[in-house]
Amino acid sequence: MVYQSERLRHAYAGRTVLDIARLDVNAGEVLALVGPSGAGKSTLLRLLNFLETPTSGTILYQGRLITGHVPLEIRRQVTTVFQRPALRRATVRENVAYGLRLRGIPLDGAVDEMLGRLGLLPFARQPAHTLSGGEMQRVAVARALLVRPRVLLLDEPTANLDPYNVGMIEEIIRADNAERGTTVILVTHNVFQARRLAQRTGLLLSGKLVELADTATFFNSPADPRTAAFVRGEMVY
Amino acid sequence: MERGCARDIQLNDIARGLEQAIRLILAADPELLGIIFLSLRVTGLALLISTLAGVPIGAGLGLARLRGHGLITAILYTGMGLPPVVVGLFVYLMLSRSGPLGVLGWLFTPSAMVAAQTIISFPLVTGLTMTAVRSVDPALRVQVRSLGATRVQEAWAVLAEARIGVVAAIVAAFGGIISEVGAVMLVGGNIAGRTRVLTTAIVLETRQGEFAFAIALGVILLALAFTANLALLRLQGKL
Ligand SMILES: Nc1ncnc2c1ncn2[C@@H]1O[C@H](COP(=O)(O)OP(=O)(O)O)[C@@H](O)[C@H]1O
Ligand SMILES: [Mg+2]
Repeated sequence: MVYQSERLRHAYAGRTVLDIARLDVNAGEVLALVGPSGAGKSTLLRLLNFLETPTSGTILYQGRLITGHVPLEIRRQVTTVFQRPALRRATVRENVAYGLRLRGIPLDGAVDEMLGRLGLLPFARQPAHTLSGGEMQRVAVARALLVRPRVLLLDEPTANLDPYNVGMIEEIIRADNAERGTTVILVTHNVFQARRLAQRTGLLLSGKLVELADTATFFNSPADPRTAAFVRGEMVY
Repeated sequence: MERGCARDIQLNDIARGLEQAIRLILAADPELLGIIFLSLRVTGLALLISTLAGVPIGAGLGLARLRGHGLITAILYTGMGLPPVVVGLFVYLMLSRSGPLGVLGWLFTPSAMVAAQTIISFPLVTGLTMTAVRSVDPALRVQVRSLGATRVQEAWAVLAEARIGVVAAIVAAFGGIISEVGAVMLVGGNIAGRTRVLTTAIVLETRQGEFAFAIALGVILLALAFTANLALLRLQGKL
């Protein structure tokens, strides 16, 4: 188990935006989280990336209770790809290699191999801010994977991207999960993407985890009527 | 004609002045060189001090979410708009023989001019650095942390992202103090060969009707400001 979390609650200015009784994430699984905008998906990812401390409740990472200060070696096992790629004012290659630079790891062939896998070699020396949206997101994914994270958090990584870029990003996520056993938590609006990639899928509604089940069960015979409605594409509150 | 009394300028004065100015510059007139050198020394030193202090402080203020941030910002912005001549008066009073720092014996020396220019440029460097750092996308900071940056690495990444703005801050401060006349005139005294810089020399030479020399100095001052801005545009990738 990578994460074990209980009574996880997070509030902003006194308003509770996340309230999850229990969440366990298995090592090596791809877990999809779906839910309407404002449900608390991004907030949950920030907590799991130790970017914020929950208002209350516990998070165990690899069986270790996470409190206040999180040791660097633990922080460096988890990384997030956000919906909007935040790139540095530098070349594509420098951006992709940045996580290694932070860790003081000398750059070797792995950088170019990663660039190649995401079709970025032709752009290697180009300033990152001159790329298209899809190319930028591929840079962000390459940068995250290059640090060989134990946990990869993806916050709507392919929203607004064209099918070519979506396919390329989904493929490398699948491959990385298969080859290295990376635990992946994927927040997505795209239920088809959840079906394609995830072993388990969960629905967040107004900060609550309504249902979390095997992806097949989640889509074909959900236990909760709200899940059924969401899967059918009806508005859910 | 009396010393220090301006006379009427005629068109051919300007033409002759320009011609002589070019000759003075090309001949590397020693008096001219001395004035240029002192200007660069005083401004360079003041800029170095304000940069060494102002960039880290401005970066710190830009990165931190302190209480009383608004007050600090208001103080800095006021400092950026300080009338140089008021700074000169302040430094003069501090350094005058009966002043609290009179024992230093700096009044009417380049040290006093450095002090005044440092006080003028420090808020500029600090305030503009702070603004540059604050304008870095907050999402980048979160992303950098998520990639496993330490606090120091995170601060460094933000500062690196703001680097063009930081350089612009330093260039703006350079332009502000190299062309400043009131404060250096007050605390330096415009003593020939000792505290005479480009701006104070222009004032004097113009008053005396020595337009050639004044124009030569003006051309050099313009050239310095132009070079600084070229360097900045170059850095911003606009050139
Ligand atoms: N930094 C913040 N300050 C205040 N409210 C926030 C902050 N971040 C998120 N929220 C609120 O928390 C709720 C959940 O947001 P979020 O986790 O971004 O939802 P989702 O990613 O599912 O769309 C929203 O109502 C949002 O307005
Ligand atoms: Mg979100």
